[in-house]
Amino acid sequence: MSVTFVRNDRVRRTRVLSGPVVSVLSVAGFLLVWFIAAEIAQGRLLPGPGAVLQYIYNEAVHGDLLTELGITLWRVAASFVVAMAIGSVIGLAMGQMTALDRALDPWLIVLLNLPALVIIILAYVWFGLNEAAAIGAVALNKIPNVVVTLREGARNLDPGLDEMARAYRLSPMSRLRNVVLPQLQPYFAAASRSGISLIWKIVLVVELLGRPNGVGFELHLNFQLFNVTAILGYTLAFVAVMLAIEYLLVQPIERHSTRWRNKPV
Amino acid sequence: MNDTQHAGVTSRFEIRIEEKTHVSADGTELVAIRDFVLDVKPESMTVLMGPSGCGKTTLLRIVAGLDDRFTGSIGTHPDIRIGLMFQEPRLLPWRTVRQNIELVAAPDFSEQDLDWLAQAVGIADMLPRYPQELSLGLARRVALARAFATKPDLLLLDEPFVSLDERTADRLRRLLLEVWRARPTTAILVTHNAREAIMLADQLVLLAPRPTHVVTVETIAVPQAERDHEAVEKIHTDLLRRFPGNFSGS
Repeated sequence: MSVTFVRNDRVRRTRVLSGPVVSVLSVAGFLLVWFIAAEIAQGRLLPGPGAVLQYIYNEAVHGDLLTELGITLWRVAASFVVAMAIGSVIGLAMGQMTALDRALDPWLIVLLNLPALVIIILAYVWFGLNEAAAIGAVALNKIPNVVVTLREGARNLDPGLDEMARAYRLSPMSRLRNVVLPQLQPYFAAASRSGISLIWKIVLVVELLGRPNGVGFELHLNFQLFNVTAILGYTLAFVAVMLAIEYLLVQPIERHSTRWRNKPV
Repeated sequence: MNDTQHAGVTSRFEIRIEEKTHVSADGTELVAIRDFVLDVKPESMTVLMGPSGCGKTTLLRIVAGLDDRFTGSIGTHPDIRIGLMFQEPRLLPWRTVRQNIELVAAPDFSEQDLDWLAQAVGIADMLPRYPQELSLGLARRVALARAFATKPDLLLLDEPFVSLDERTADRLRRLLLEVWRARPTTAILVTHNAREAIMLADQLVLLAPRPTHVVTVETIAVPQAERDHEAVEKIHTDLLRRFPGNFSGS
């Protein structure tokens, strides 16, 4: 009996430690450290959390913060969709066809190792300072990662399940929906996870170099004005948006699509 | 029990495989099957028995249409409905038991059919579960139900009860016979287990090792329902005497 009691206790304790309480405490700790550091520094190079939150509020209500956030978010979404769509198709094809894999592999390695900045500059030089060049450049930076991940997924498709599907004469549509896509789901999840973070970092560079709006443009502007409060304000606002996407969109979708996993026998 | 004839395409199958070679990774060729000829009687249980690794699975994959790199012909209708039970259950882990069965089921497979089948193989409570929650024995039952859900013209069973403990395997063999007798189907079962073969077969086909071919076809006259332990042992002793090469060590 005492063994059972100890185990129950441990289960309860882990649940508290893994709940949202920990996340909130962790964020509060960060704000506290920031606050103390700002108090010690006492300068305009490191404003405290209060000043930055005040700036975010003012800019959101009276200024352009929401518009700029929206523009950047739109660019992130567009690049993400383009990169995932093109990268998945190429990755799956390379995973299934050895000859194609051989042919495209050197290109893949070149693209993987080409600095983002080079692609962005060349895109602007060749295609002009426009929206298509910006989004294309960001997508091109992300595509090789998607290709590598999805190629791995296509290589790991279970031949046993494929045989089952063929023996039972499943239609191509049904095979895709019931057999192939569920196996690729973890690879899609991995590609989009790393994709969103990489893309939004590169989108800011693209905006800084050649767009007249967006968070990247604002950061550049405020850097020239040496307005650290604005820089931190824009950063914080965008991080909040990304956190919201992660917790309200990515994680619930992932939980839903992996609900069949980890069920005890 | 044989009054529930179902309207399928032709159910007589003629298997003629002149030669099937495997090419291994280093390029060497190995003849797996040569001059294999077999007439499968409709609505009967044909059991192919041979030692492990003698190309039985290869044979079944050819019959199922999963492998067409061989010379010869399989005399079946192209639109034939197949129910196939592999050595492993091969269920889709991301679909529930019910979805796994319904996904491959025949167009006229009704809710009543599902209920009957689930009852018959003892998985009625498992329909909303995911395969990972099931033991191997239960997963095999689901795979069996799935094979019957296609209302197959041809039922193929590839060592379906291997790596189960003998009691579970025995129970599943009786389940298979029960379901199969209620829905008479042309069936081919492959096994290396002599007693399993004797217990299930109408026609017992003894195979020679590589390159696989038919040694003989034995018709077992005793109805499956009357084959208790004693009867099986009696047939086994008789076969052991006449085909020591196929039955010694079993």
